[in-house]
Amino acid sequence: MKPRTRWEAVCTVDDLVPESGIAVWTEDGPVAVFYLPHRLPALFAISHTDPFSGANVLARGITGDLKREPVVASPLYKQHFSLRTGVCLEDESVRVKTYPVLLDGNQIRLEVPEIRRDSIAA
Amino acid sequence: MSTKTLIVVGNGMVGHHFLEQFCASPAAADFQIIVFGEEKQLAYDRVHLSEYFGGSTHADLAMGTVEWYSEQGIQLHLNEQVTGIDRDNQVLETPRGSYRYDELVLATGSYPFVPPIQGNDHPHCLVYRTLDDLDAIRASASGARTGVVVGGGLLGLEAANALKCLGLEAHVVEFAPRLMPVQLDTDGGALLRHKIEELGVQVHTEKATTDITEGEDARLRMNFSDQSFLETDLIVFSAGIRPQDALARASGLAIGERGGIVIDNHCATSDPHIHAIGECALWEQKIFGLVAPGYTMARTLSAALNGDRESAFTGADMSTKLKLLGVDVGSIGDAHAQTPGARNIRFNDEQAGHYRRMVISEDGKTLLGAILVGDNSHYDTLLQYALNGITLPENPETLILPESQGGAPALGPDALPETASICSCHNVTKGDICTAIDAGCSDLGSVKAETKASTGCGGCTALLKNVVDCELEKRGVEVSKDLCEHFPYSRQELFHLVKVNGIRTFRTLIRQHGTGQGCDICKPVVGSILASCWNEHILATDHVPLQDTNDTFMANMQKNGTYSIVPRIPGGEITPDKLIVLGQVAKEYDLYTKITGGQRVDLFGATLSQLPEIWEKLIAAGFETGHAYGKSLRTVKSCVGSTWCRYGVQDSVGMAIRLEDRYKGLRAPHKVKMAVSGCTRECAEAQSKDFGVIATENGWNLYVCGNGGMRPRHADLFATDLSDEELIRTIDRVVMFYVRTADRLQRTSVWMENLEGGLDYLKQVVLEDSLGIGAELEEHMEGIVDTYQCEWKTAVEDPEKRKRFREFVNAPSQTDPVQEWTVERGQRRPVLESA
Ligand SMILES: Cc1cc2nc3c(=O)[nH]c(=O)nc-3n(C[C@H](O)[C@H](O)[C@H](O)COP(=O)(O)OP(=O)(O)OC[C@H]3O[C@@H](n4cnc5c(N)ncnc54)[C@H](O)[C@@H]3O)c2cc1C
Ligand code: SF4
Ligand code: SF4
Ligand code: FES
Repeated sequence: MKPRTRWEAVCTVDDLVPESGIAVWTEDGPVAVFYLPHRLPALFAISHTDPFSGANVLARGITGDLKREPVVASPLYKQHFSLRTGVCLEDESVRVKTYPVLLDGNQIRLEVPEIRRDSIAA
Repeated sequence: MSTKTLIVVGNGMVGHHFLEQFCASPAAADFQIIVFGEEKQLAYDRVHLSEYFGGSTHADLAMGTVEWYSEQGIQLHLNEQVTGIDRDNQVLETPRGSYRYDELVLATGSYPFVPPIQGNDHPHCLVYRTLDDLDAIRASASGARTGVVVGGGLLGLEAANALKCLGLEAHVVEFAPRLMPVQLDTDGGALLRHKIEELGVQVHTEKATTDITEGEDARLRMNFSDQSFLETDLIVFSAGIRPQDALARASGLAIGERGGIVIDNHCATSDPHIHAIGECALWEQKIFGLVAPGYTMARTLSAALNGDRESAFTGADMSTKLKLLGVDVGSIGDAHAQTPGARNIRFNDEQAGHYRRMVISEDGKTLLGAILVGDNSHYDTLLQYALNGITLPENPETLILPESQGGAPALGPDALPETASICSCHNVTKGDICTAIDAGCSDLGSVKAETKASTGCGGCTALLKNVVDCELEKRGVEVSKDLCEHFPYSRQELFHLVKVNGIRTFRTLIRQHGTGQGCDICKPVVGSILASCWNEHILATDHVPLQDTNDTFMANMQKNGTYSIVPRIPGGEITPDKLIVLGQVAKEYDLYTKITGGQRVDLFGATLSQLPEIWEKLIAAGFETGHAYGKSLRTVKSCVGSTWCRYGVQDSVGMAIRLEDRYKGLRAPHKVKMAVSGCTRECAEAQSKDFGVIATENGWNLYVCGNGGMRPRHADLFATDLSDEELIRTIDRVVMFYVRTADRLQRTSVWMENLEGGLDYLKQVVLEDSLGIGAELEEHMEGIVDTYQCEWKTAVEDPEKRKRFREFVNAPSQTDPVQEWTVERGQRRPVLESA
């Protein structure tokens, strides 16, 4: 069965910074949302946690492209992560979570796994 | 001699290019020049119009500046349409007055053709040609869900991309059976369609719109002749362009059957005092809808007005290469094989999505045309074969086969004849480039500056670089290393380009001189260059994405994602009251506190959202940012000097404060440290700094280019017994020369060692002004001193900038869960192993 997900509204277009990232808090933890207006698609969402340091900093990295792949560089140790796949370009065995993201009117929404609440309610 | 008047109607790309050419020519002295532009804005780069939707502003796209026009003595009338020409009296009419001319240039461009469909005047029916058009589209798109572009040509697809970028569901409606019918054939069009549909743009071919009515589910409904319909919220017409010849027509000039102002080889119309250039002009029954031929006409006309009858406009190559919605498309010469006897070679890889077609002459020796879809890497080579009539190899198909299948490598620049045209926008041949190199240009930047190659549409950038590199190598010049994959330049070359061309944003620089989107190597370099050149606030929207996190948030990121704060304490001198404030703030936010090696105090452990609050308090107490995060001046360390020390011969603290206040905030290729000692005992360790100052009985001795750190180096004695003013002037010059010429992340020591001639050369430049740039360097420095602002002060006062400091934009009270703390020696510090 496909795990249940929902499209969580995380921020608005005005919160985004062109060519850069911002961090949002979701049911699935901290997520970095990037807005690269010069390419299509322009929105990307990946985990905000840098797997090499464990610190929540990826939204604060510099974005760009390497061999046309959209990337962000970790601000701590400068590894590059693909914004499309989350794979680390320097070490392909490391990858960060990615989230489908869409623009709904003025809202930015992320598709995050739904936390099962029924057991708690029971 | 009485001055004559030259009037230019139209301030578009070609009109502007003409002015650039003409003003640099001798004849300019004989004329008073007046320019009329119907648009509100100064001429801008229409070719890159779509970038306006990606955040570029008119300033980024502008081709020149108002200052340039006034320097040239040009009278500029924007937002003023010329409404009539009285040829008998040589007078122009506008709603605001009449103007006499001796020579008249029409550069009125073209206007978008809107098919005569009923309902096409609906307010949400728009066109795509000017900045105002784009504003209208943007306005219409808010509140819209879908958008349709009528016309599947080059501009139509670009418009569809723009609609997509605006967040609309985009459709393209084309009358012909395929996309880009002018440039592509059936197979190429089909592949392009497939690729574009994959990107989410819906394509409808063979649709003739009969009328536009009110929609049911959307604002509008387009009804087609086959009884089908499509609902949409807005429509952009991109069904071709028509020459803007109304003015010429009304004044009785010769006009072509299907429009266009008839011109001869020297761009003269049927009236010898009236000339036409650009898209409004018709030459041998042909209109040229590209910028390069327009530029050629502009040059030809400028020559003609200078009495040169030799140069003539003789047609232009209409080959195009572009990227539509990320898909490469190229079309060269006789793409449709209309030359009698022409034969075709096709390569079609549906798997990879690559289509290539070559049209070759009957004898198989020359390339007549080509079509490329999906991959333009063969374009430059094929274009050179076609343009220069280079004899094709025996198996011409190797030119379009993938290398794995026996394809030939790209044509090396060596194989090109001297006459090969490298840049068609500015008509630069390989021979011109060789001449420029022989005349002393030794890198790509200077070749561009000298020949103007690759400063038009930018299509020739890669080819130009290949030719320049190859020619330089042949002459034994070591080709300088590229900064990264996005810029084929060194930092010094980029600095030059920014300064000389007055470039103020990264977008403009990468568009004109680079490729791709940039990366963490080039963005901070360019950010630092822009800051050194123009000294704008580093949090100005355009600059934010260029900075390392430390520069963006104006603090130093530590291993757990928190930041440390270092306020400026000039010369290490601090009042007890200020020291108490530091203690209070540190206590309130539980910040780990340590004295640095640079005589300051470092406060560790602040979260992102605490930074502005903390700085508000520090600023209120009179502190300024210490730039510990930036590649800029850190501290000027000092000993107490003559004020207290019994050996001191000068006021070292006073001088240190003066230097620190002067150079604070200046962005440099790397960090810069200074120190001042009050006598030769050297208690401030000045000789281990980039700039070390040691007091003497008669003034100051200056040492330069030392450093501590991984590879310590003693500074070299540079000048002796300087007065206060001489000292500052000398440091000004060395600092600015370093800022301008050093490479990325090059400390002063390495920079100086790499200068040809080393220390002696530096002395000649600075002390003897051997390059004649001393005054300019001082002036540049003075400008930076005058525009200094404490970045933190500007940031805390601006709510927009403060927004950047939200840890999680949607959850202000959420703290970062991985920041765990423990206490050691009475202070808080991070738990070492993060969870
Ligand atoms: C979206 C888009 C993308 C393009 N892409 C490319 C490309 O990739 N490559 C390429 O080579 N070309 C491209 N072009 C075409 C290129 O922009 C034109 O060839 C070029 O701008 C023509 O220059 P021009 O000076 O002749 O006309 P324009 O730039 O149109 O300038 C004419 C000016 O004259 C003014 N004017 C007209 N009548 C009057 C009057 N009576 N009084 C006062 N002012 C008047 C107009 O308002 C206008 O500002 C593109 C065009 C567009 C719209
Ligand atoms: S350098 Fe000279 S003036 Fe300064 S503290 Fe040392 S001895 Fe005193
Ligand atoms: S010496 Fe090493 S550990 Fe110490 S501050 Fe510098 S980089 Fe960090
Ligand atoms: S071909 Fe357009 S800039 Fe060179």
